[in-house]
Amino acid sequence: MIRIMLGLLLSLACLPAIAALQVFATAPEWAALAREIAGDKVSIYTATTALQDIHRITAKPSLLAQARRAQLVVATGAELEIGWLPLVLRDSGNAGIQPGQPGYFEVAHYVTLLDVPAVLDRSLGDVHAAGNPHIQLDPRNMFRIGEALAMRMGELDPPNAPAYQAGYKAFAEKWRAAVARWEKEAAPLRGVPVLVHHASFIYLSNWLGLKEIGTLEPKPGVEPTSGQLSSLVVRQQNTPAKMVLRTAYQSDGPSLWISGKTGIPAVMLPFTVGGTPEAGDLFGLFDDTIRRLLKGLN
Amino acid sequence: MLHKPFVVVALLAASCGAQAASDADLAAIRSQIDEMKKSYEQRIAALEQKLSQAEARSAANPPASATTGAAAGPVAAASASTSASAFNPEVSLVLQGQYNQMKNVPNRTITGFWPTEDGTNQRGFSVNETELMFAANIDPYWRGQAILAVQGDSVEVEEAWVRTLGIGEGIGLKAGRFKSGIGYLNDQHAHTWDFSNAPLMYNVLFGPDASYVEDGLQFKWLAPTPLFVEFGAEIGRGASYPGSDSNKNGSGAGALYAHFGDDVGVSNSWRAGISYLKTSTDDRQADFVDINGSTAQGTFNGDTDTWIADFVWKWAPNGNPKYQNFKFQSEYFVRKDKGDLTCAGFGSACDPLAAGDALTGNYDTRQSGWYAQGVFQFTPEWRAGLRYDQLDSGNQNLGSNAANLVLPDYKPKRATAMIDYSWSEFSRARLQYAQDKSMQGVTDNQLTLQYIMSLGAHGAHTF
Repeated sequence: MIRIMLGLLLSLACLPAIAALQVFATAPEWAALAREIAGDKVSIYTATTALQDIHRITAKPSLLAQARRAQLVVATGAELEIGWLPLVLRDSGNAGIQPGQPGYFEVAHYVTLLDVPAVLDRSLGDVHAAGNPHIQLDPRNMFRIGEALAMRMGELDPPNAPAYQAGYKAFAEKWRAAVARWEKEAAPLRGVPVLVHHASFIYLSNWLGLKEIGTLEPKPGVEPTSGQLSSLVVRQQNTPAKMVLRTAYQSDGPSLWISGKTGIPAVMLPFTVGGTPEAGDLFGLFDDTIRRLLKGLN
Repeated sequence: MLHKPFVVVALLAASCGAQAASDADLAAIRSQIDEMKKSYEQRIAALEQKLSQAEARSAANPPASATTGAAAGPVAAASASTSASAFNPEVSLVLQGQYNQMKNVPNRTITGFWPTEDGTNQRGFSVNETELMFAANIDPYWRGQAILAVQGDSVEVEEAWVRTLGIGEGIGLKAGRFKSGIGYLNDQHAHTWDFSNAPLMYNVLFGPDASYVEDGLQFKWLAPTPLFVEFGAEIGRGASYPGSDSNKNGSGAGALYAHFGDDVGVSNSWRAGISYLKTSTDDRQADFVDINGSTAQGTFNGDTDTWIADFVWKWAPNGNPKYQNFKFQSEYFVRKDKGDLTCAGFGSACDPLAAGDALTGNYDTRQSGWYAQGVFQFTPEWRAGLRYDQLDSGNQNLGSNAANLVLPDYKPKRATAMIDYSWSEFSRARLQYAQDKSMQGVTDNQLTLQYIMSLGAHGAHTF
């Protein structure tokens, strides 16, 4: 037994040192952003997929094993990953990725958060003290986040710092053009009233001027109830919404029910990279989001 | 500012009281206070509304730099708190209570195993331990946590430890009182259990608290491999059952364990472990039944080796446990006691002349047991689960006391079914039914209705 253990330890110690910067991204959008900036210079692990509610993940063994090897953790912050990330970071035994260390990058620090609650009380649902954490759907946020992330990668991996800077510059240029194009394409969406399953889209709405007039969840994190859905249908007569939005990971039942009762289309948005086959990268994410919204409008 | 009028009113009230205020005066003061309260509440509400409007306006006009990508510095945190209270630790409180319906069995034990003090029948309504948890990072190098359990009029320190944050290389060091990392369920608190009680094997292994708690040191090392491989070692006082407090220098108990785990595809993940615990015991006492059916006191001195194998498998469609998920969990143990047993008791078979004699003989046992359970969450709110427990009293070699004491050969069994409802991540109610045959000759049908609620800091989603 002891001999086997020793053998195992020795073989672990002899593993080849990994050259590329190891990035642990909690969500697909941050993995995609890191990829845009760093290309093949880094090795990226994505902890969750677009089909998972990132808030409900558990501290799985696989996450611990990956965090142990990571040199840079890119997390959303604002309590989005509060159920599992603090545990994963602590139990990883990896000193470099603890909050406050250069190896811990929290995206929410670089964004002005919306929906900061004035009152903190769980009777209001699962509210996040720092504000709404679903920040990835305002593409204008990517400039500030991307620039800071490129700098951070350069700090951790100085030889490649110029490459990360150049990568960010190239991305920012393409992104600026894309944002201008999306804003033009999405002009018909300005002022359009919508219902949403959960407060997942407030940054998208804020950017495109969509008017969110109701959520299917009675309180954040509480599943839609029949009472809440019926009241939304009643409200539809006076303040009509044009469509009902949900993410790829949310159940389709409630929004399809609303759609059936009111005749407005239920639109599933990719929400993050990988949410739909078209949303293969950050550009695809916004291309597809706007295409689906425009299609819902017609 | 807010308090001033109240203070004035309070003073007024006090001085009025000195002049023997009439009821009418008091009523007038009360109504004045109420009016003040109301007006302040209105003003606060108005201010809050103004604030939220202002926030909405500023949110609607994002900084111009956003589109041009100018400054990359962090945004000044909106909630930047400058007061000392910003350093308050995470605090949470777990509230648990239940209603139990079961047989009234005097001296309830698990037949064939060392009698731990589990002889009480918790029938009717009761409040479980109220758990108060404090945790925070102490500085960049340490994190601390304390869990106080309040039951009746006593407060027990369930856990109180510090652990390292900054060693790196996969190393974590913990010192203090902690739930040992052996097995799967051992370091989980009762409010995270999937059933209202612990598996039988945890009761026979570690007594009524169903968890081995150590005062000592824990060392953990996580291997830098894609497969989750973790090793742990613990030393400590060893005062918890099956050990005993020995008041000596050096370590009174030791534990070793290894955990492995990984994902299978995106929908499945698993963890398996093997653990070993060595404890030593001085003068552990319990009541036995002698060959004549009367009570005799047994005192054990010796060592106990405990081996546990554990396995957990979790499934969720697309790895998203929110709507549906399934969890399978099983553990198996082997335990060996090795030492001697001293039997005494006036008039018992060990001391038939009632002369205060005691008879010491060998005490060697090899006992085992297991449980398996499955819990299916079929909607975000509802879960249902089944569990089966079985133990084997195994070999119990009493040496020269074999002629005096009766140690029954028995296989305790229990089958449990539960269904629970969660309003949110923080509240749950559970209905549980169990057919318990853990005591020879007794079939106890147990019904439990339970609530578990936690308030305060967001709990961790452990695997």
